[in-house]
Amino acid sequence: MNAPADIHAWLVDQEHKELLRFITCGSVDDGKSTLIGRLLYETKQIFDDQLAALEADSKRHGTQGQKIDYALLVDGLSAEREQGITIDVAYRFFASEKRKFIVADTPGHEQYTRNMVTGASTADVAVLLVDARKGVLTQTRRHSYLAKLMGIRHLVVAVTKMDLVDYDQAAFEAVIADYRQFADKIEIGEWTAIPVSGLNGDNVVRGSDAMSWYSGPALLEHLDVVPLNTSADAEKSFRMPVQWVNRPNQNFRGFSGQIASGSISPGAEVRILPSGRVSRIDRIVTADGDLYEAVAGQSVTVTLADEVDCSRGDVIVDAHSPPQSADQFEATIVWMSEDELLPGRGYWMKVGTQVVTATVQAPKYEVNVNTLEHLAAQTLGLNGIGVAEIATDRDIVFENYDENKTLGGFILIDKLSNATVACGMIHFALRRSLNIHRQHLDVGRETHSQLKGQRPAVLWFTGLSGAGKSTIANIVEKKLVARGRHTFLLDGDNVRHGLNRDLGFTEADRIENIRRVGEVARLMTDAGLIVLTAFISPFRAEREMVRNMLPEGEFIEVFVDTPLEEAERRDEKGLYAKARAGELQNFTGIDSPYEAPEAPEIRIDTTQLTAEQAADAIVQELDKRR
Amino acid sequence: MLQLTHLDRLEAESILILRETVAEADKPVMLYSIGKDSAVMLHLAKKAFYPAPLPFPLLHVDTTWKFRDMYALRDKVAADPSIQLIVYKNPEAETRGINPFDHGPLHTDMWKTEGLKQALDKYAFDAAFGGARRDEEKSRAKERIFSFRDRNHRWDPKRQRPELWSLYNVRKNRGESIRVFPLSNWTELDIWQYILREKIEIVPLYFAADRPTVERDGLVLMVDDERMRLNDGEAVVSRKIRFRTLGCYPLSGAIDSDAVTVEDIVAEMLASTTSERQGRAIDRDGGAASMEKKKQEGYF
Repeated sequence: MNAPADIHAWLVDQEHKELLRFITCGSVDDGKSTLIGRLLYETKQIFDDQLAALEADSKRHGTQGQKIDYALLVDGLSAEREQGITIDVAYRFFASEKRKFIVADTPGHEQYTRNMVTGASTADVAVLLVDARKGVLTQTRRHSYLAKLMGIRHLVVAVTKMDLVDYDQAAFEAVIADYRQFADKIEIGEWTAIPVSGLNGDNVVRGSDAMSWYSGPALLEHLDVVPLNTSADAEKSFRMPVQWVNRPNQNFRGFSGQIASGSISPGAEVRILPSGRVSRIDRIVTADGDLYEAVAGQSVTVTLADEVDCSRGDVIVDAHSPPQSADQFEATIVWMSEDELLPGRGYWMKVGTQVVTATVQAPKYEVNVNTLEHLAAQTLGLNGIGVAEIATDRDIVFENYDENKTLGGFILIDKLSNATVACGMIHFALRRSLNIHRQHLDVGRETHSQLKGQRPAVLWFTGLSGAGKSTIANIVEKKLVARGRHTFLLDGDNVRHGLNRDLGFTEADRIENIRRVGEVARLMTDAGLIVLTAFISPFRAEREMVRNMLPEGEFIEVFVDTPLEEAERRDEKGLYAKARAGELQNFTGIDSPYEAPEAPEIRIDTTQLTAEQAADAIVQELDKRR
Repeated sequence: MLQLTHLDRLEAESILILRETVAEADKPVMLYSIGKDSAVMLHLAKKAFYPAPLPFPLLHVDTTWKFRDMYALRDKVAADPSIQLIVYKNPEAETRGINPFDHGPLHTDMWKTEGLKQALDKYAFDAAFGGARRDEEKSRAKERIFSFRDRNHRWDPKRQRPELWSLYNVRKNRGESIRVFPLSNWTELDIWQYILREKIEIVPLYFAADRPTVERDGLVLMVDDERMRLNDGEAVVSRKIRFRTLGCYPLSGAIDSDAVTVEDIVAEMLASTTSERQGRAIDRDGGAASMEKKKQEGYF
């Protein structure tokens, strides 16, 4: 690259460049890495030392004989190089005269759908590679569908390897005609087709002598003028999720976040959601002085004219066109984990800066990404895409994903491993959650509780089979009743014979079992009762789900801690013997895990206490909480 | 309507990352290596939390072999009463007198890799900001912005969490930690343009000046203090040089240059034919995949 004569003018020019993010979809066979390598090479992003390394590598691993293998420039991890495939998302950077580009380079095979979805989530444009010799393939359709699903508005169909079809116009036209049919079917609005050769550089950065029949722009020329998503965001209503409350001292209270859409100025009337309180923007504070205006994409700190409650997870919005709040939705979900979706299990759901517990119903259908057919499904596995209903444990502020990616896109996080297991796009709130406001009862839970003269609670006994949960819970209930308390004991056997008789012992059924028990226990606390439950409830996530159903402080986890050897030695029902003999499947402690509580409210060590002593300890603890 | 430039967008993204970490992590820290990327990262952090002071300390994992100019700038930065700087030196490396002349790769391993792990464990930091960029090196191009480390600080490139939109999953189990890279999407040119635009102070060694040097193994090294050992036949020569990256002075290669302003540096960079890490002896040991291997072992 040559240094410009006037570096000042050049720098000023650089300062005004826009930023475009795009994703390339296709497999190594389509010449994708070669095309990206060529873009980097032609825009002078590659230095001599890298080129020297490339020449050496080309001879060792390359597939182009003595020619430079540009693909080796972009295949990063050593594991990938050995296998000759790209297995992750890699980001590349280059610039033209007009724009800076960030390229998300993702693999094309179906088993890497999640990688493509990840790269597409931040892209303005998708560049789809189609091998001129092979034409539109199943994977082309899949990539188009995924790009549209992730809200990419503009597609580029790069017809590659034109050098291998003698730069034949008819071959190119055939690909376009084929693609047009498909694009119309799935309603892809804007797309542009460009014939290229990554190997020789035709129509990559500049036009091609070999294809004088083509009068359209080269790939880079086109990327220079495609409209940016961000310009559209700025035209919409103001939305800013609050990331962090800036409170260095008593005199300053600012709300920090990135503006998701719209613009804002001091004096503007805003609403804080979900509370609905109204205030005005007082200042837009930055280290470089206050701003008169801030727009979508900027990270700012605002202060409000009134002392209103506002914290992380709230959303500051235009007072006159606020988004909705709801707790039940229909959404498209892309599953990204090797552990399949467990309908009914609680996952953390992060949308904007809101984090809530969400449960996903069994999918309405799964989409076959190759044929776009709707298939019946009970769950979603790795790379599965389906439409399902989701319920959250409290109202969240949201918008349709196509309207607003920030308030419509979400991730699901496994509560135990903390892995990101899925992403999703909200379609709409279910009518029942929007329109039917919770029935306001004149006789509320306070009335019930006052009438009984007690604070309701759920004493949740958890532990291995044979640990002593039921025995201790029975004694506790007797002691409470003797003190004039109103109680109810729910245990595995009485629930299994009625309410949950349709459930078996698979993981999904166990989760549903606990969810129903949790809901029943919650209703009983609404009635003012002290509820005792005795279930193995082996999974932390489910116990947390029940904890989250109840008001703070009303869920009391009682860990009946009996070592496995001791429980197995007692084996009053003979269940361990059967499980060891292989006659019982999924038996906790034998072939199914027990996840001990990390911080239970009460821990009972049954090797130290008798059942009677344990019950006394629990009653005492409950007295402290009255 | 206000038009945001690419620098505005990069700045906004970095600030979002810094704030998200502070909002969700228990005890964050910023790795401060005194170089230009650290200077930019620190500047962004001040902006992200203004008018509040930095809600985390800076950590300098010292090798005792940095340039004197670097220590001078570090101490100047730390003189700001709103900044808390922790300097950590691996006591074992200190006792054994580990140095770049006698110990080769062990020097980096003991002072930097081990020193960093020890410091993070000692203070129980669960999130550490680093100034790495994806354009620096091929294995970095695939690393997440929020990069997880197990209890032993190891990185597993096969078990990275997907990062969608700007929704970062900062959750982790006890004992695990996160390395956070707010500058992931910046390029070297972006860094220089931002230094120019924001008037950020950087170590003078980035600018050309006459300095005492020796040439060794194809690198131009600066004789920064009396600990520099000269081999037979080596003579100290004054040359007009500057550095593109800074580390331990006996391991940092200089380039001949006349660039005395940031504009000069950018002009020189545009005309340059070698990449930034080329002057770093550390990347070379272990072959092509050496950085990936170092990262798996816990190098930042």
